[in-house]
Amino acid sequence: MDILVCLKQTFDTEERIVIEDGQISDDGVEFVINPYDEYAVEEAIRLRDEHGGEVTVITVGPDRAEQALRTAMAMGADKGIIVDDEDLENADEYSIARVLAAVIKDLDFDIILGGYMAIDDGSAQVGPRLAELLEIPHISTITKLTIDGESVEAEKDVEGDVEYIQSKLPILVTAQQGLNDPRYPSLPGIMKAKKKPLEQLDLDDLDLDEEDLEGKTETLEVFLPPEKEAGKILEGELDEQVKELVQRLQSEAKVI
Amino acid sequence: MASDTITKGGSFLLEEISPADVFTPEDLNEEHKMMAKTTEDFVKDQVWPVLEEIEQHNFDHSVRLLKQAGELGLLGADVPEEYGGLGLDKVSSTLITEKVSLGRGFGLSHGAHVGIGTLPIVFFGTEEQKKKYLPPLASGEKFAAYALTEPGSGSDALGAKTVAKKSEDGQYYLLTGEKQWITNSAFADVFVVYAKIDGEKFTAFIVERDFEGVSTGPEEKKMGIKGSSTRTLILDEAKVPVENVLGEIGKGHRIAFNILNIGRYKLAVGCVGSCKRAIEISAKYANERKQFNTPIAQFPLIQEKLATMAAKTFAAESMVYRTTGLYDEGLSRLEGSDGSSAAKAIAEYALECSVNKVFGSEVLDYVVDEGVQIHGGYGFMQEYEIENMYRDSRINRIFEGTNEINRLLIPSTLMRKTMKGELPFMEKAGSLQEELMTMMPTLPDEEPAPLEEEFERIENAKKLFLMTAGLAVEKYQNDLEKEQEILRDIADIAIEIFAMESAVLRAKKALDKDGEEKAKMKLDLARAYVYEAFPRIEQKGRHILSSIEEGDLLRTQLSIMKKLTRYELINEVALKRTIAKRILDAERYVV
Repeated sequence: MDILVCLKQTFDTEERIVIEDGQISDDGVEFVINPYDEYAVEEAIRLRDEHGGEVTVITVGPDRAEQALRTAMAMGADKGIIVDDEDLENADEYSIARVLAAVIKDLDFDIILGGYMAIDDGSAQVGPRLAELLEIPHISTITKLTIDGESVEAEKDVEGDVEYIQSKLPILVTAQQGLNDPRYPSLPGIMKAKKKPLEQLDLDDLDLDEEDLEGKTETLEVFLPPEKEAGKILEGELDEQVKELVQRLQSEAKVI
Repeated sequence: MASDTITKGGSFLLEEISPADVFTPEDLNEEHKMMAKTTEDFVKDQVWPVLEEIEQHNFDHSVRLLKQAGELGLLGADVPEEYGGLGLDKVSSTLITEKVSLGRGFGLSHGAHVGIGTLPIVFFGTEEQKKKYLPPLASGEKFAAYALTEPGSGSDALGAKTVAKKSEDGQYYLLTGEKQWITNSAFADVFVVYAKIDGEKFTAFIVERDFEGVSTGPEEKKMGIKGSSTRTLILDEAKVPVENVLGEIGKGHRIAFNILNIGRYKLAVGCVGSCKRAIEISAKYANERKQFNTPIAQFPLIQEKLATMAAKTFAAESMVYRTTGLYDEGLSRLEGSDGSSAAKAIAEYALECSVNKVFGSEVLDYVVDEGVQIHGGYGFMQEYEIENMYRDSRINRIFEGTNEINRLLIPSTLMRKTMKGELPFMEKAGSLQEELMTMMPTLPDEEPAPLEEEFERIENAKKLFLMTAGLAVEKYQNDLEKEQEILRDIADIAIEIFAMESAVLRAKKALDKDGEEKAKMKLDLARAYVYEAFPRIEQKGRHILSSIEEGDLLRTQLSIMKKLTRYELINEVALKRTIAKRILDAERYVV
């Protein structure tokens, strides 16, 4: 089985966001594999171990994102592909999905996995967009996956409920929390990852024109959420509290 | 480590060292970082949730987690590949040790197993012993412990009373005695035990838990490190096959002391990991806790504490990774796999190991003490992690050789190396005396380059060391060993030199590579450390001089020393506030 995993390198979940000159600063920041993509990597390795074949991990990003691929290979993925994003300007989900599609159209695959969203921009678009471009079906936010021959069965998280879906290979699925418990890269795995093949591509290698890849969205401003202020507990008789609450909702919060 | 000659142990006291020749945490490669992350994630996700149960002596968790650690390769870093390990460099095993220390008592279980438990067999085992014991120890199928201490022999390890007698058929040694405070004793399968054959020949043995006559006592009730198992190992004519003698008969001390060297330096590594954790939780607490409607992090006295904690930790961290680099250099050139060449390579840096042990454990004690203070009354409550860390820290100044014993070892190791002709201590001390007589103090540079003043101070500290230690040797000759206070002072100066120099060399290496802006925090931390350490050296120097000279001679020597201890004042308040701001912004130890 040829298994592809699309992943993104993101800030470590414990990092604090610092904005400098209207941009999020990545100075001294620790990076990890996007946690949802990590479920995808784990699932891919399990599929490979069960059905045989190979796991290829793919990312679009700066040089440092190679480290995310090495980590996935230390977990057990067999090879990696990184597409340099230096020529991409104003890239958004539209652009990234196109780049990934261009990489993948030259590859054999039975299944493509990814996280259902990246924890940094949280758009949850790249997976479905990629499936559309490749003209294959997709199932998002899966929490269970079974493959038997050509047939695919998945459990999908729908706001706390579960949908059972059947489909066929080739397919793209995106992982939700609960799909599995990703393994740690073991020390022998880390040593082996060093020697696994990692292909570096840029837009020229993919016959892509950067103008066609310009994002469809524009970021106007980046700002932190307002700091949470201390709450207020109303006191006095119930009637008075209700009156005060209504008055505050009207004049202070201006929501009614 | 481009040089072709191996750095001699203790040579840092006599020579100038270049930043390119020291290993620093900034030299870690990607694999190192991944290994550190795997270890840290494992401890945080798997160990922390059950730490309280482990600390209530539920050692089933310890065993389960150690097995899991084995599957991840966290037990095999120091075991060669041909015996089922990974045979990684010492930097990797240092990183594992540092990160596992986050698991407190569990970290000790891990450390005792991979370190003092397994290493004697790695370095001194026969081919058969290695083949038999190392693969299950590296994989986590079996666990190891180290049994040296006895009720009546602690620091005086060779005074052990446990005896070994050959059985009548000549097939076994029968070991009888009690080994005390044995880490991992609740679940260890293999013990490295020291006993005297016929009451005389101090020898190491590999003793399996299942051997007839082997048992353990009840769990000890300890002040801290409650998450590690500590019992007495009881040997009642324990039947140990003759092929389980480890190393040479009568040469057990060689194994015992060399393994202790490694244990000492690994202990310091663990202390560094704990220091970082204490800084992290204290910085977080300081940001959260409000008094007078103000987060206490905004009070300069709290900031100063965090800055000093960070500066000391920086020195300790720089020191342990520098020492790791020395070992990688020394052990990688090991020829042959026999115990004696390994012993020689380990013994080379015995002095540095003692320096690491004393410094690391005392820095940690300082850091957790101030950590409790930052937490105020809450720091005294058991629900707070810092309370636990405070109690756990205390043992580090005692085990693996008390800090007193280790202090005495520093000058005695130096003298031994001098007598063997390995270090030109006496020549240097002699030529220095002439130099000092004519030395004129130099005028301070108007605009010194970054760290220039710090390097000058380290150079002067080395001269002060040579001067005072040289005078002490000259005066007391062979009786110097009775002057423990002077030996302690000499050791303290050596320790401060290694600490200051490690911090400054690391900062300089970063400065050369990344420039002043990016290396700023490291420069600040190194400067802060040197600034607070240097006056201590001066004080120790006075203490030595005033106890060996008097009258005019004393006054002459003191005036010479004064030339060596001049330094420019800096705005330490501003420097420490800057450091504290970085720590408080990041809410963790950052460089």
